[in-house]
Amino acid sequence: MAAPETDIQHTPLHALHVELGGRMVPFAGYDMPVQYPSGILKEHNHTREAAGLFDVSHMGQVRLRGSGAAEALERLVPVDVVELEPGKQRYALFTNPAGGILDDLMITNAGDHLFVVVNAACKDQDIAHVRAHLGGDVALEVLDDRALLALQGPQAGVVMARLAPATTQLFFMTGAAIEIDGVGCFVTRSGYTGEDGFEISVPAARAESLARRLLAEPEVAPIGLGARDSLRLEAGLCLYGHDIDATTTPLEASLAWALSKSRRAAGARPGGYPGAEVIFEQFATGVARRRVGLKPTGRAPVREGTALVDATGRAIGQVTSGGFGPSVGGPIAMGYVETALAKAGTEIQAMLRGKPQPVTVTKMPFVAQRYYRG
Amino acid sequence: MSNRKYNKDHEWVTVEGDIGTVGISDHAQEQLGDVVYVEVPDPGKAVEQGGEVATIESVKAASEIYSPVSGEVTEGNAALGDEPGLVNSDPYGQGWFYKIKLSNAGELDGLMDEAAYQSFLESLD
Repeated sequence: MAAPETDIQHTPLHALHVELGGRMVPFAGYDMPVQYPSGILKEHNHTREAAGLFDVSHMGQVRLRGSGAAEALERLVPVDVVELEPGKQRYALFTNPAGGILDDLMITNAGDHLFVVVNAACKDQDIAHVRAHLGGDVALEVLDDRALLALQGPQAGVVMARLAPATTQLFFMTGAAIEIDGVGCFVTRSGYTGEDGFEISVPAARAESLARRLLAEPEVAPIGLGARDSLRLEAGLCLYGHDIDATTTPLEASLAWALSKSRRAAGARPGGYPGAEVIFEQFATGVARRRVGLKPTGRAPVREGTALVDATGRAIGQVTSGGFGPSVGGPIAMGYVETALAKAGTEIQAMLRGKPQPVTVTKMPFVAQRYYRG
Repeated sequence: MSNRKYNKDHEWVTVEGDIGTVGISDHAQEQLGDVVYVEVPDPGKAVEQGGEVATIESVKAASEIYSPVSGEVTEGNAALGDEPGLVNSDPYGQGWFYKIKLSNAGELDGLMDEAAYQSFLESLD
């Protein structure tokens, strides 16, 4: 789904990435920093120890306005949007008629509108999908004039408090319109690292000055996509297009927790979204495969696409994300295995360069989440 | 260090007597990023010039190491098992990969010396 290289796009922070020595690579149609000179390991550790600044402006930001906005969005996600209280944020999934996942997204009730963030690689498709299902009473606005910064790490809270005291009122999975350094931003307390942190939607024209302002704080360092990936993997979070896609259902993906009670078969507003029958059936009878955490016994990383086999060598699944977890101090991975082998502690094997390597099915996250819950 | 020779895959070899020591260049380690795992060959392994002989994994990806010379491996660098980061911190010293008994010293003439390698790197930019 990546755009051809000739069409490669720049975020409002592109010049700053280059100035900071970012090693730029094409990602989801954007020229993005995979790392800065300090390197992925140091950037990862800095985020776990202090605060890391990420440019996630390539992601899609959308505003839905109108009295029927929540109802309209509920027709596309197996999640309670109607009763999402003002100021609250929720993780959601767009599903297809087969119950597969079209994208994962974050929805915030911003009071007079819904603020939605979707993945970069899916955003055009997502926006078309939402538009096609809106009633006349709902207006969809693509916020392509805004950048998105993420400040993540145990010291993100003190940094934000210094710049914008109002952010101390936020806790995990809440959001508010907050002025930072004189600029009107929309800030949520959430992220993709397992750490406390914020995502800041800021007008594109003010994004670089805000990024520089944040980088001037002693706790803050710029972090590239490489560390973003190792941080989210340690946190057990899915990467769309790898760990979840149109062929994986929420239950197979071990994302049942994201499916609101009110939208399940016995709920107050059951179904009414694509694939509901499939998902109900899977709730009732189970699934044949599940996404699990995987901990290789040796030191060799087990990468995406690696085949998983049982003790007899029979194929039982595949790795969907894998690499080295700097905070774990060793290789970690996630992937799909047959449900009978999905229990934590089960010993299986990964076929690494033709040789079976022992791997243990493991509970996720690999690193304890440290969200700020007030 | 004047006798260090390079191939175009950014491996280097230095030779003492008929034993070569092989590693990857500073440029290669920088491109790979933080190295987290190295699989070195076992002693006795027969290697052809240009053949895959070892695997290196950085935080980004896995890469193969292609031997700059043919011969028989006499030793793998066991230190890399515990401390793969030596490849980054000391690519021409403690970060060596394996020692090899050369079977064809003439192959060295086809490799680049330091100056030729530096111009090769410039030609890549």
